[in-house]
Amino acid sequence: MLKAADVPELTKTDLLGFYRQMKLIREFERESERQYTRGNIKGFLHVYNGEEAIAVGAINTLREDDYVVTHYRDHGQALARGIGSKEVMAELMGKATGCSNGKGGSMHLFSSELNFMGGYAIVGGQLCIAAGIGLAVQYRGNDQVVLCFFGDGAVNEGEFHEAMNLAAIWNLPVIFFCEHNLYGMGASSKETLVMWDSLHEMAAAYGMDRYEVDGNDVLEVRDLMQKINIDVRAGKGPAFVVARTYRLRGHSVADPADYRPDDEVSYWAGQDPIPRFRDWLTQEGIATVEDFDEIDANVDEEVVAAAEFGELSPWPEPDDLYHGVYTDRPAEGIPTSGSS
Amino acid sequence: MSVITYRDAVSSVLREALDEDERVFLMGEDIGPYGGAFAVTKGFYEQYGKKRIKDSPLAESVIVGAGVGAAMVGLRPVVELMTINFSLLAMDQIVNHAAKIRYMSGGQFSIPLIIRTVTGAGASVGATHSQSFEGWYASVPGLTVVTPSTPRDVIGLFRSCRELNDPVMFVEHILLYGTRGEAPDSGDFRIPIGQADLRRTGKDITLCGYSRMALVAEQAADILAREGIEADVIDLRCLRPLDSETIVNSVKKTHRALMVEETTRLGGFAGELVSQIQEDAFDYLDAPVGRVAGAEVPIPYSFPLEQLAIPSAESVAASARKLLNRS
Repeated sequence: MLKAADVPELTKTDLLGFYRQMKLIREFERESERQYTRGNIKGFLHVYNGEEAIAVGAINTLREDDYVVTHYRDHGQALARGIGSKEVMAELMGKATGCSNGKGGSMHLFSSELNFMGGYAIVGGQLCIAAGIGLAVQYRGNDQVVLCFFGDGAVNEGEFHEAMNLAAIWNLPVIFFCEHNLYGMGASSKETLVMWDSLHEMAAAYGMDRYEVDGNDVLEVRDLMQKINIDVRAGKGPAFVVARTYRLRGHSVADPADYRPDDEVSYWAGQDPIPRFRDWLTQEGIATVEDFDEIDANVDEEVVAAAEFGELSPWPEPDDLYHGVYTDRPAEGIPTSGSS
Repeated sequence: MSVITYRDAVSSVLREALDEDERVFLMGEDIGPYGGAFAVTKGFYEQYGKKRIKDSPLAESVIVGAGVGAAMVGLRPVVELMTINFSLLAMDQIVNHAAKIRYMSGGQFSIPLIIRTVTGAGASVGATHSQSFEGWYASVPGLTVVTPSTPRDVIGLFRSCRELNDPVMFVEHILLYGTRGEAPDSGDFRIPIGQADLRRTGKDITLCGYSRMALVAEQAADILAREGIEADVIDLRCLRPLDSETIVNSVKKTHRALMVEETTRLGGFAGELVSQIQEDAFDYLDAPVGRVAGAEVPIPYSFPLEQLAIPSAESVAASARKLLNRS
């Protein structure tokens, strides 16, 4: 573990900012599960509990003009990138005020303003799109990086290979960031992924720089990303990061996750990134109970306000059904007035 | 007007795009030094260089996916899938991503991506290389599906596609590259997207097809004309958006209609055309709307068998006579 002296550039405000973001994600997810139970959120809901240190540690190293591309478990990354908790909650509820105007839902959060290029729900597809964004950066001679998140399940998709190979052969500025939480939905990666225990070494096949990091340690994730960003910006080509982590909840809210062994679950409960960082901040003498209490109360207020905003927000108008399919023309099949 | 090949027409509009717009680059398998599987990009690599003519790995999903990503941030990629058969390997990117990102993001991201590909049977290349999936793509909201049949249409439609900001499947036909036709002189020449072409007029029957089958329908009309039967021949040119108005207006005039397509009848695109005609022109019909389609088999390699599996001018003419009770 890093010491406070290892990160002299980080002020107390920065560090407590990381704590607050992680806490916000955790409480936001608790609230979204409550709202799901109440029927205010429908369909799929994949919460990020346990993986907060990755989104917060990695995304905070980016510049505003960098790009984030992610998977369907995307609430944490969206909040860490700065999409408002109100707009994310409203999107989960399918409201017009959501960050995708209610058209995307939980798995498809977008913000063009923040270069948050979307949550993608067909596993592996986003790696190809990230390669293309990297290609555009290179084409224009810019030095932005593209940070692309996916899970260990995506490594088994053909699109993983296609994107990794293309990025490597064309030297594209893409950081392929694998959140290795040991499960692809309900299947253990130990049973499905031959390289599960040394996953980062898969990138050796692409001649790519590769790293493994404790995904439950926000400062370690941040530290590693700072170094990688420098290399990728300098034109050294893509990198592959594997962050070991664990879902504290099931694959989705419909999943009680009873396929996971008790000792594994309890081991990882002890690795919860939020208490770990809180303990670290305490031991390093950076923050006190009062600091945490204040932040926690503030986070609770924000989450309550987000839920209220979502609930009170209007549904999209019926006319919105046909709006936005094409840029230049109306969608096909818009009913004309008077037709049945 | 000069006479050029379909292949030259495709090459010329691609050069035009590269010359006029720095945001345009080409990406695909063997489009570089090899010159393209159908020689469409011959000489491009030497002229425009590696940056703009990107020879990609054999990896269809990332060819389209990288095009989607680059388009999301403002470039205007033209990617090539060597044939529409290989597009199945990119279907996730085409259907799940390219077609939906704009809508799912609440309109925040447009995808100005042109996917060029090659459809069709009749080239003796066997079952896996002779399919016609453009009708499938036409069922996907968010996509535009364009199927030019002549050099003139290639030029006019491609220029219009470049002016769109959404993903296009620009579907060329494997047997048409060597065909010749007049090319428009004006650089301003455009064909509006979603406007069918009434290629020939007649009062007795409407023959309707797209891509090579529009030409086959026209040949059938020649045969029928010698027998005193006059046909309207409609080339759809676009499957989505679909110009059903031109079809319906023609049927209201001729009272009989025959749809011609290369792919199988079951689940084919012609079924949709029949449906639109019966919805909008039922009272004008003097006979059930007919269909001539490909046989319900994988396309066989052997030449005479393959010919039996694809509509021909003769088979279209025979079906038309039947509809007119003159068989």
